[in-house]
Amino acid sequence: MMTATEPLTIPADWRDFLALTKPRVMVLVVFTGLCGMLAAPVAIDPVLGFTAVLCIALGAGAAGALNMWYEADLDAQMRRTAKRPLPAGRMDRQSALHFGVGLAVFSVLLMGLAINLAAAAILTASILFYVLIYTVWLKRRTPQNIVIGGAAGAFPPLIGWAAATGQVALLPFLLFALVFLWTPPHFWALALFVKTDYANAGVPMLPVVAGERATRHQIGLYTIPMAAVAVAPWPLGLTGPLYGAVSIAATAFFALLAARVATRMAADGDTMRPEKRLFGYSVAYLFIMFGALVVDRWLA
Amino acid sequence: MTDPRRDDEDLIRQRQRSRSIVLALLLGAFVILMFFIAIAKIKAGYS
Repeated sequence: MMTATEPLTIPADWRDFLALTKPRVMVLVVFTGLCGMLAAPVAIDPVLGFTAVLCIALGAGAAGALNMWYEADLDAQMRRTAKRPLPAGRMDRQSALHFGVGLAVFSVLLMGLAINLAAAAILTASILFYVLIYTVWLKRRTPQNIVIGGAAGAFPPLIGWAAATGQVALLPFLLFALVFLWTPPHFWALALFVKTDYANAGVPMLPVVAGERATRHQIGLYTIPMAAVAVAPWPLGLTGPLYGAVSIAATAFFALLAARVATRMAADGDTMRPEKRLFGYSVAYLFIMFGALVVDRWLA
Repeated sequence: MTDPRRDDEDLIRQRQRSRSIVLALLLGAFVILMFFIAIAKIKAGYS
């Protein structure tokens, strides 16, 4: 029973817990995981397939929650993230920590018990990689933070494939490499037009530390191996001509937008339209590539 | 004039109620999922 002198602690709303899981990021994670599963040569029972995708989503949500728990101070300094539940004061840090750890353990246990140990092991690695390697270790220490941290977001196709087959093969590794190499141009395009936010928060993003020219150069450089990995499944005989055609066209357009960003410099009052276009298309690009892969495998 | 402490207590009750409902729905969904997982495993030849 509450007394008049006791301070009231208002519990967080369930929508704030949902926001902790970064639902918008989860969409891409779930999609690439699902495509990894559907591209596998072994058909998985629909219920088990749904469960595996659910585990991938919950694991990604847990990693997002733990990221927000650890970075609450940083989020408070950036306009883009200041309204998140922790910096906005709608939730206490302990609730976020308990929620994140609980969700992570639940997702791994469910994956291990209902699907298989290989998928559970890769899911564990992806959560630990995102939380410990990216969030705790790299993000505040090196401008290469998102290069290595990008690996965390590249795990879902591997997990999806492992959920269906119980093992991993060359194609899911190429999908992993595609997302891994796609991450730097994707995030650095964003960092170029939200540079001030990152600078104010003291995050050593490449544009803040090495400058705009170096960042644009790196976007161009990472696009080259990304393009090679994106197209590789076709000449290697892992996919059919449909994937080959779509991957060449979609990757060529990506490279065109990246080249435009890589070869220009922003003037005073620049609207950063090419950078915004590259960032926007980079999201669509992954959907196109993974969608084409699944359709191609179904037609084969 | 409304009592701010009273308003806070109302908000707490409202949050607790909505969280309880969401938790109950999630638990119900989990039970149903476990049932179908069990059926799928049995079909696939696991015991």
